Amino acid sequence: MSEYPVAPVPRAPGVWTVLAPKWRGLFARWLRGGEIGSVALFAALACGFWGILFGVAYRVLQYLAGLSVGMLLAQKILDAVLVGFASVLLLSNLIAALSTFFLARDLDLLVAAPLNWFRLYLSKLIETAVHASWMVVLIALPIFAAYGVVFKGGPLFMPVALAALLPFLVLPAVLGSALMLVLVNVFPARRTRDLLGVIAVAAAGGLVLLVRVLRPELLFQPGGLGQITASLEALHVPAGPFMPTRWVSDMLMNWLQHLADPLPPVLLYTSAAAFLIMGGWLHGRLFRTGYSMAREGSDRFGADTALGRLVTRALAPLPIARREFLLKDLRLFFRDPTQWGQLILVVLLVAVYVLNIRALPIFSHGRAPLFLVTLIVFLNLALSGFVLAAIAARFVFPAVSLEGRQMWLLRSAPVDARALFRSKFWMTALPLTALGATITAVTDLMLRASPFMVFVSLGTIVVFTVAATALALTFGTFYPQFTSENAAQIPTSFGGVAFMMSAVSLLGLIITIEAVPVAGYLRARQFGDDFGVSPGVVAALVGVAALCAATTVVSLRLGMRRMEELEF
Amino acid sequence: MIQLTQLVKQYGRFTAVDRLTLTVPRGTLFGFLGPNGAGKTTTMRMIAGILRPTAGSIEIGGVETWREPQAIKAMIGYIPDRPFVYDKLTGAEFLRFVAALYGQAGSAVERRMDELLELFELGPWRDEVTGSYSHGMRQKLVIASAFVHRPQLIVVDEPMVGLDPVGARVLKDLFRAFVRRGGTVLMSTHTLEVAELMCDRIAIIARGQSVAEGTMAELRAESASGNESLEDIFLRLTGARPPHALDAVLDV
Repeated sequence: MSEYPVAPVPRAPGVWTVLAPKWRGLFARWLRGGEIGSVALFAALACGFWGILFGVAYRVLQYLAGLSVGMLLAQKILDAVLVGFASVLLLSNLIAALSTFFLARDLDLLVAAPLNWFRLYLSKLIETAVHASWMVVLIALPIFAAYGVVFKGGPLFMPVALAALLPFLVLPAVLGSALMLVLVNVFPARRTRDLLGVIAVAAAGGLVLLVRVLRPELLFQPGGLGQITASLEALHVPAGPFMPTRWVSDMLMNWLQHLADPLPPVLLYTSAAAFLIMGGWLHGRLFRTGYSMAREGSDRFGADTALGRLVTRALAPLPIARREFLLKDLRLFFRDPTQWGQLILVVLLVAVYVLNIRALPIFSHGRAPLFLVTLIVFLNLALSGFVLAAIAARFVFPAVSLEGRQMWLLRSAPVDARALFRSKFWMTALPLTALGATITAVTDLMLRASPFMVFVSLGTIVVFTVAATALALTFGTFYPQFTSENAAQIPTSFGGVAFMMSAVSLLGLIITIEAVPVAGYLRARQFGDDFGVSPGVVAALVGVAALCAATTVVSLRLGMRRMEELEF
Repeated sequence: MIQLTQLVKQYGRFTAVDRLTLTVPRGTLFGFLGPNGAGKTTTMRMIAGILRPTAGSIEIGGVETWREPQAIKAMIGYIPDRPFVYDKLTGAEFLRFVAALYGQAGSAVERRMDELLELFELGPWRDEVTGSYSHGMRQKLVIASAFVHRPQLIVVDEPMVGLDPVGARVLKDLFRAFVRRGGTVLMSTHTLEVAELMCDRIAIIARGQSVAEGTMAELRAESASGNESLEDIFLRLTGARPPHALDAVLDV
């Protein structure tokens, strides 16, 4: 034993080496011939999405630029946007850190290797930050570009904006990872179920707090655009001098106003460095214990609850395969904390949304103006559509991916792949459509919308939700993530984002088509005319129904064909 | 029972299975051998209906598989090389789900599940989620699931990996008894001793093509000495050489 020659211990690998399988894999995927179409589709969708975001931001900022307090208001909006980004980043870093630091399949290899712990921390932190932040960066860039163009920031503005964004992304990544590290150490024996429940409730609580502090309903006080400007001035954005969001906005606005103040960038970079060192220290102290605890088994028994037995009995009349397939999906969903943790979040988000509609002060002075009510009902339709698309991205898009490595079983069994796809479609489309219709009906009722607007909004949300479900399922079949370690990360994959962009584009198209009859309706009511159902109105509404029907049918056909051809 | 004719499978420019022609008679335990990357798993996945052949045909019981996929699949029990099962389902729920995929449910299935779980010594774990099972226990569960719908043909890829000695013995006895009752087993394995002892006929493939096929006696008869072991025959036919660079690997 002692005679066996021992090799000298080599130099510990660096961060770049540890991350090599990730970036090499990414490049290999993007450079593979078959993916060129996907890249082109993504680029086209991203350009369209950027165009829309840039256009909206540009219009708003250009309006503000004409006002005497325009610069101040622009900074307030930037503060609000950055606070929103910060909360999204914190939550997504928290979710991503659970996978990258504790569940990833490469961890056993890395932890067993003679790796410097701080380098392991840095490489996993970079992975977490990239997973959690890329979508925020995608949204931030066109908004920053609009600031640069409207307030004449010059060609160096975007590099400055990116320099401000970098430390801003590091802070929530360190904070989210540290929080997850502490949580994993507090909750014994991989109680991720409780863990994600706590995260979801805390995140929702934070969101409620944020929304109540922002009081966005002030923007909708009766009184026209002047009032909106006044409301913007009254907007309480939690962006004090100690908030990193304020440092970013100060850095950008100083550049736009040609003010030389080194304090914001110094604060940003020194804070990021200090956070990195503290995060690394905490990692050194807690990671090994937390990682070991995370391996100590999970919930062992499949709980056979009274509700479960009730559902089993209720589904008894269905054909055997369909019933067991449905039961299997329900069991997997409710036993996977990364799935139902998101469900709690969605329920709370919907509750916050409905409560905010209720808090709108439009009825505070007796009778509300028809213009405002109709406008809000229409905006409500767009927002509900967006919320439903986001829910579809969370729960419908991953439906095929979640079959994962067990696809061998479904493909080798005498089950029709098309029937499987159809079953997944109906299983998700029905509850989602019911949810959409309920949200719209309740909020319409709260807003005392006219029968015409109720008809338009309810009809639209139903056809849009069905189309969005079909789109989500089809995108999920074309871009499945069979090897994903965390269901919460599937929607932020390439296909998930491509689906969101497509769904938002479809929604934009629907809103544009319907704006014509809604504007006609408003004009007629404003001037006391009778609003007849003209051929134009019928054409617009039929057009929307046809667009959604075509999207549904084409998506389902493509999805079913893909499901049959899927090889893994 | 199985007839492969000029079967081809390509992944992009790589040909995994190259004009493979093979006959597996009904009521035999047929060994399917070959070095890593020879195309065994791809062939078995095509037979099980998971992968679509690029060219050629697969007939099972005289019926082309891509013409009547549902009817063919109902006859087969497939055991993959890696036992991926739903982590959040219990062992019993998994077996019930698999039976349902084959259109079976009710008290007969429940009885059969109990028998299979007992046979593989999984009874005490029947109501635990499979996420807490060891690799070997999952392997046993997947093997049990392949028998739950009473198939006529078992297509099994590397069944011995991860099994304890008792499990391995149960499996060998099960396969032999299944074949005695008229069933057919197509089994790929790297455990040559198992193949030599258990299989009625053996095919060896290399680089996606069949290089030998027959009973052990027929394979031996083709060699010069006439008494080669299966290991010697395998190494000779697949062009594999014994390890020769041990010093280079172990020296500092």
